[in-house]
Amino acid sequence: MSADLLGWWGVPLAVLAGAIRVSTPFLFVSLGECITEKSGRINLGLEGTLVMGAMSGYAVSYLTGSPWLGVLAAGCAGAVFGILHALICSLPRVNDIAVGIALMLFGIGLAFFLGKPFIQPQAPNLPSIPFGNWSDNAQVRDSLRINALFLIGVVLAPVLLWAFRNTRWGLILRTVGDSADAARALGYAINRVRTFATAGGGFLAGIGGSFLSLSYPGSWSEGLSSGQGITAVALVIFARWNPMLCFWASLLFGGAAALGPALQSVGITQGYYLFNAAPYVLTLLIMILTCSRDRTLAGAPGELGVTR
Amino acid sequence: MEASPVKLDNGTARWQDILRSGAEAVAVPLLAVLGALVVFGIFVSLAGVNPFETYNLMYAGAFGSWFSWQNTLTRAAPLILTALCCALPAQLGMVVIGGEGALVIGGLAAAAISQTLPDAAPLVVQLAMAMAAMAAGAAWIALAGGLRHWRGVNETIASLLLVYIAIAVFNHLVEGLLRDPASLNKPSTPHIGDANMLSTIPGTDIHWGLAYGIIACVLAYILIYRTTFGFGMRVAGGNVKAARMVGLPVGKLVLVACGLAGAAAGLAGMVEVAAVHGKANASLIVGYGYTGILVAFLARHNPLAIIPVAILLGGIGASGGLLQRRLGLPDATVLVLQGLIFIAILTSEVLYGRLPWLKKVKA
Repeated sequence: MSADLLGWWGVPLAVLAGAIRVSTPFLFVSLGECITEKSGRINLGLEGTLVMGAMSGYAVSYLTGSPWLGVLAAGCAGAVFGILHALICSLPRVNDIAVGIALMLFGIGLAFFLGKPFIQPQAPNLPSIPFGNWSDNAQVRDSLRINALFLIGVVLAPVLLWAFRNTRWGLILRTVGDSADAARALGYAINRVRTFATAGGGFLAGIGGSFLSLSYPGSWSEGLSSGQGITAVALVIFARWNPMLCFWASLLFGGAAALGPALQSVGITQGYYLFNAAPYVLTLLIMILTCSRDRTLAGAPGELGVTR
Repeated sequence: MEASPVKLDNGTARWQDILRSGAEAVAVPLLAVLGALVVFGIFVSLAGVNPFETYNLMYAGAFGSWFSWQNTLTRAAPLILTALCCALPAQLGMVVIGGEGALVIGGLAAAAISQTLPDAAPLVVQLAMAMAAMAAGAAWIALAGGLRHWRGVNETIASLLLVYIAIAVFNHLVEGLLRDPASLNKPSTPHIGDANMLSTIPGTDIHWGLAYGIIACVLAYILIYRTTFGFGMRVAGGNVKAARMVGLPVGKLVLVACGLAGAAAGLAGMVEVAAVHGKANASLIVGYGYTGILVAFLARHNPLAIIPVAILLGGIGASGGLLQRRLGLPDATVLVLQGLIFIAILTSEVLYGRLPWLKKVKA
């Protein structure tokens, strides 16, 4: 079968390829948010962190010529935003949701401000690993070029799950998130644990942002992120604070986001913008189906205000 | 304040208390804004621009002349209305940040309904546009409120997701069904007609949308602080369980508060369409909804305080163009300052009850 004859089979293939491609930022942001929420705090500012990570990753990759340094810089920028969030939240009477909104707006503004000079130039992108060389079909080969960051995310999800369950750090994190009183009685510094958790969450979210600017779509512009960060935060609730479920949910959302472009590639342009809204509609529907007014969600960290 | 040696009677002490908390409510946000301005000054000087020149230009662009005042007030109009979208549900303890979505849907509804009334009198068209915009916006935010009440879906996330869905619906219709074939580079709905545009307040270039906003704020203030319904809202905001216990209809309170909030933001969309752009296109989606959240938090969700705060933020927005032209700063400069103010205002919560000269007198 030649590339031209792939025809309608191109749609599921493009959705699958798109799911892998588009899901990477969802995956990193949701894993990061998972760590933060396990500690009993929610960081709604990850949308801003994502955009900030995309900008700083692209800028550093352009200035140094090394995309991996860009990824590191994006992670560090995200961690700084996480620490900022944690420090403000540790003050008395400060609401973590409001701080998240503020940091979301600040992060987007700062990224647009600093990123202005980097809209034009082309920075070196992250490498992809060709898994489809066995096929002589160009479309299949193109679909199976999988980015290295996605593979890192695939490894990270089960590692995090294992770490939450089996390590001392994981236990401390869950204790702080489930009952601040119990953690205090055991002598843990709650604010310090939460600061580390939020910084780590920001680090991963920043890396998720660098994927946007360094791999797919692969350049920095002000319209780069449209709600992936906030969708990923909602996704953590859907995934019940379980990193492996975060991974599957990210794939699902990536597939939903890839539906519009996939249909466009076979000539269906009608409703293109509506298909673009598919991940948001899906998120909302899943939240409607899985939430309940009468009980807190299974697996929810006890200190988390957002589910109460 | 030193403890007074003279014994005050209860009345005087009460008045002192009211005065002190009033002074605190003004002083703390002012300190926060000043702090944000100082950090912003350091930020622009790192970008190689003289901070004092920046402050000077910002003042000139916002409040320096009658021309800039008019620009500022024109921008304040939608901000007042989108701030109400955040402030009304906040009385119930809800954080709704989807004002942008209600604005976009409201503007679209207004532009669409004007096309169905080609021969009607301007006043009828304007009324229909306002009603359609308010109904569309109300439905949009009430959906987030309803999901919160019946399904326990977090309203902050739901309302933000609804923003992206609103923008997708907007793009779908403006690029398709409602597109004016003559709009080539920038897809738009057809013009609503010059006769149907909102007029300006006599003697100024400011459109009547500002008056709509001020009236809406006064009505919201009366609703919250002078009616039984508003009392119920504040009780439920303080403690939902207690509100249920005394038999308050919490579901109705949530739906009505969110509906009114969405109606305000929808009206902002109508005002932008009917007074500024004349049609619905991408120019509508410039972030008034997000700045409105900041306005509401700065005003501590008090409808009357929203008016001056919206004028301040409108002024900052109005000065953005001048900073771009004169100093070569990017257009996102305004966003950076807004973000800094937002962070400062949340941090300043700590200061309440701690300012040395406004401390409570111990009896």
